[in-house]
Amino acid sequence: MAHGTTDTRGTAASGPEAAAPRTEPGAGTRTGQSRRTDAAPRVPLRHRLRRDRVLLLMVLPALLLLLVFNYVPLIGNVVAFQDYDPYLADNAFQAISQSPWVGFEHFRHMADDRLFWQAVRNTLAIFLIQLTLFFPVPILLALFLHSFVRPRVRAVAQAILYLPHFFSWVLVITVFQQMFGGAGLVAQVLRDHGHEGFDLMTDPGFFKFLITFELIWKDAGWGVIVFLAALSAISSDLYEAAAMDGAGRWRRMWHIQLPALRPVLALLLVLQVGNALTVGFEQILLQRTAVGPTASEVLDTYVWNVGLDNGNFSYAAAVGIVKGIFGLVLVLAANKVAHLMGEQGVYKR
Amino acid sequence: MSLLAFGLKPGSRTGLRPAWDEEPTRAGLAVKGVTLVLVCLAVLFPVWVVVVTSLSSVRTITDTGGLVVLPQDITFVHYRELLAGGQVTRATLVSAGVTFFGTLFSMAVSILCAYGLSRPGSILHRPILMVLIATMFFGAGLIPTYLVVQGLGLTDTYLSLILPSAVNVFNILVLRAFFMSTARELVESARIDGAGDLRILWQIVMPLSRAVIAVITLFYAVGYWSAWFNASIYLTDPDMLPLQNVMQQLVIKQQKPTGLSQAINTGQLSPLAIQMAVMVLALLPVAVLAPFVQRHFRQGMLTGAVKG
Repeated sequence: MAHGTTDTRGTAASGPEAAAPRTEPGAGTRTGQSRRTDAAPRVPLRHRLRRDRVLLLMVLPALLLLLVFNYVPLIGNVVAFQDYDPYLADNAFQAISQSPWVGFEHFRHMADDRLFWQAVRNTLAIFLIQLTLFFPVPILLALFLHSFVRPRVRAVAQAILYLPHFFSWVLVITVFQQMFGGAGLVAQVLRDHGHEGFDLMTDPGFFKFLITFELIWKDAGWGVIVFLAALSAISSDLYEAAAMDGAGRWRRMWHIQLPALRPVLALLLVLQVGNALTVGFEQILLQRTAVGPTASEVLDTYVWNVGLDNGNFSYAAAVGIVKGIFGLVLVLAANKVAHLMGEQGVYKR
Repeated sequence: MSLLAFGLKPGSRTGLRPAWDEEPTRAGLAVKGVTLVLVCLAVLFPVWVVVVTSLSSVRTITDTGGLVVLPQDITFVHYRELLAGGQVTRATLVSAGVTFFGTLFSMAVSILCAYGLSRPGSILHRPILMVLIATMFFGAGLIPTYLVVQGLGLTDTYLSLILPSAVNVFNILVLRAFFMSTARELVESARIDGAGDLRILWQIVMPLSRAVIAVITLFYAVGYWSAWFNASIYLTDPDMLPLQNVMQQLVIKQQKPTGLSQAINTGQLSPLAIQMAVMVLALLPVAVLAPFVQRHFRQGMLTGAVKG
């Protein structure tokens, strides 16, 4: 899922974005209830195997694809401990087998790599900005939409607000460029009124906010779904009882709706924190030339830049491993915190 | 878009509001209505400008100094030129092909897998499920994935745009949860009547799961249609690139479309309208398809979250 195109997941998962959108799909991970409904636990293994062989065959293609493209690459991470030279052979596998081993050299090198630490700083800064600016938007939007009583109003508004989620990042960025770029609509209007030189798209100082606004435009509407579902699951008895006791609209929101959203909020927050190191990969890759790497380089784009653009595969893989390990630690830690606070998190205890 | 069109007639008892709920004030309704319209416009207005500009003539674009907000004349000349063969035509066909075959492949693999894991108590289904779910918690990383794709000899083939992203575990879990919850009794009785698994899947489970299948198909299709990154690292031949990558070159990098620079230089075509037309080509399929599936989104998003 680390890899750029998993937008589907986002789509699927890329809730709060590739990085973020990814979160939503994640919603599906709450598995593992052990409701053991084994139909026939005492049937001998051999018979079960024969009975279920068709089912196993059905699973096989997906399983193979996952093994080849998700598990085998895990092993491919050995290049981080080598000086991998792609020109040793035509084929990456042969090249790996012939490349010299260097132990932890690349990991040591990371400690005093200025660009690496800059990428770390940018990643964390963007994560914090998105946490404060993006995360609350779908909640507010959901509360707002929920307050409309006519189903048709809600349906039309939702159809419109979902739409950008299905746009590609290339499209979203080109749309922003046409609105806020140097030749965009805002610049055009300002020029007609005598102001020159407006261009949000190439302003390094604004860049982290720019990608956050792009994310809001693309995915805030989509993020509403989960919250709307939670809101519509609230029994109207609760509202009625509160109203009878004299609670007005706002108090009902505070004491009924927000508590009802708590589990979903906790889940999404955990996912968001777990994805903290995976912010805005595609977005930044598409825009980094416009603002320069100082403002925009994050860990994922750094891996891309060092590995695929400059050909230093081994060092890039090492950075990727460090990122992956800390990402996993973040997910587990965030889950732990959620459990401590009495919420479910991504998986159960 | 007047407030009335949204059904926001102030003050009237709609019957939708329960008796205990206070009626909103006129001012409150007005503020809410205006806010809603503004929020929707934030989405629709940029799209509108892109569409209108793509349909405008060179003269209109020159007159307005760039982007066109109010349509003055409608012309399809830029679309005709773009789709008359050449770079953009080819890229559109590539994207359509990859999306079609990719989605078909992904759906086949995902539905089979989801069904294969949907029978309680079937052998090995728990470990396999764990293998699937584990992939949602780690990513192998960009570099080793690239090396594997390269090592398998998939670079510079369209398979590199399909196979690495063909399976989405989240989608499989959603399908599986749905298969498990629908029509238990029907499936049981069909099995007792001697129907095989393929037959049960094809004749009972799939027809009953049309909604969720529609949603997942859309997710996969949008994923393939929107993807550009894999093409940017796995394909070296510019003639093979899909639409999103060509759009990146033409709009973000501001390159001129090959073959049309003559017409642009002589002023027959507007480079801006060309860019807008490419953007419309990219957004049209999803903008048309997504609303049809919309009412099922919630189901598709949530079933996976509720059941493992």
